[in-house]
Amino acid sequence: MEKHHDSYTSQDAHGGLMHDRINAAVDGQLPAAHRAELEAQLAADPRARGTLAAWQAQREALRALHRPLLDEAIPDTLLAAARQGEAGRRQIEQWRRWGGMAAAVVLAFGVGWLSRSQMGSPAPGQLAMQSSRSFVHQASLAHAVFSPEVRHPVEVTAAQQDHLVQWLSKRVGRPLKVPVLASQGYELVGGRLLSGDGGARAQFMFQNAAGLRVTLYLGALDAAAAASTGASGNSAGAAPTNTAVPQPGNLETAFRYSGDGPVPSFYWVDQGFGYALSGAVSREELMKLAQLVYQQL
Amino acid sequence: MTHFPLTDHIPSLRRYARALTGDAWAADDLVQDTLERACSKWRLWVAGSDLRAWLFTLMHNIFINQARRSMRQAAAGITVNVDDVESEMTAPETGTAQALDLQRCLLRLPEDQRAVLLLVSLEDLSYEEVAKITGVPLGTVMSRLSRARSRLRELMDGPAPAAAGAPTQLRRLK
Repeated sequence: MEKHHDSYTSQDAHGGLMHDRINAAVDGQLPAAHRAELEAQLAADPRARGTLAAWQAQREALRALHRPLLDEAIPDTLLAAARQGEAGRRQIEQWRRWGGMAAAVVLAFGVGWLSRSQMGSPAPGQLAMQSSRSFVHQASLAHAVFSPEVRHPVEVTAAQQDHLVQWLSKRVGRPLKVPVLASQGYELVGGRLLSGDGGARAQFMFQNAAGLRVTLYLGALDAAAAASTGASGNSAGAAPTNTAVPQPGNLETAFRYSGDGPVPSFYWVDQGFGYALSGAVSREELMKLAQLVYQQL
Repeated sequence: MTHFPLTDHIPSLRRYARALTGDAWAADDLVQDTLERACSKWRLWVAGSDLRAWLFTLMHNIFINQARRSMRQAAAGITVNVDDVESEMTAPETGTAQALDLQRCLLRLPEDQRAVLLLVSLEDLSYEEVAKITGVPLGTVMSRLSRARSRLRELMDGPAPAAAGAPTQLRRLK
């Protein structure tokens, strides 16, 4: 909506550029790099010099025009409006501060929740941490008790794998799947049913060519989660993760190492179920096996 | 407690409004409207950002809207021109004829050119800041500034407005 009625708009691009530079010089906004160039142009252009002088004088006249207003007492009505505005702003700031505090409380709460979950606890609070620790301790104990067994290491042998899986799935309240660890040189020996603090526990035993045994111990840490995931019937396909995803009924933790028991274990929680892989093997080997198990469950 | 120095900006808002409108009452009304607008739009002001620029933006928008409204009224036959309000125009504090002349010539500039010229000259705002306040591209600010200065120079140097087709009762006060 520019009006094009004065003679200056018809000037060529050079004239426009010249005006821009003169403006910048008048207003003290001319970049230093352009100063020498403008001076040279002015030296060669009397008309431009005239424009510069006129615009400078004009700027000074405008600045002088109502200058006394700057020192004049402010009318009461304007002061009142300004003070009302300042009070309103302070109120908004206060609300924002309170809002910020509320957000901080929520954040702290969330961090607490998250870190608590990262501790590997399937149920709220300290109790959950204890139950997770006791879970892995029981797994280690069960390993220590049954793996040395020569004649009866398992209740149901690998020869009856289908029956074994069906039976243990029913007892722990969740469809189970026996992981294949052949890539690491371990074959299934069989499994047994145990009782743990939180209910039924299943133990699968694997053995390598050297006769070394590892056991996978699992069971519901959260009865409600066990029921819901048992109903959905799918524990497989989850990707390995090292981050906690704290969702009620879907408790997960990263892999954790425990050297507390008779044998070391890696344990984790996935969808309310605790898993512990125990064996008198190196930490690295145990980790590899645990990841293999995790990938298949 | 944080201080929000709206009050600190009142003198410069008043001066700008005065030069923009040429009238003491209209100017203070404009400042009042601006302060009230600030009250109701506080939530839109980002704490820590340039309060002065924000206030001048509010004032600019109010002024331009008022100018458009009066242009529509003029189009509808309700004619108000500078000459009619000449007697109401309060003399600048400097009181010189030249100052009155300058103010009258300013009022002959289109509103958007006048606003750019005054924001740059009175407030020492950068061209970029003026572009933000007036909501137009930098190039438009530059062209408006050139036109305003060229036109104002013509008006000040030129013959009395009467010769330019204005009503005969308008004369330059010397």
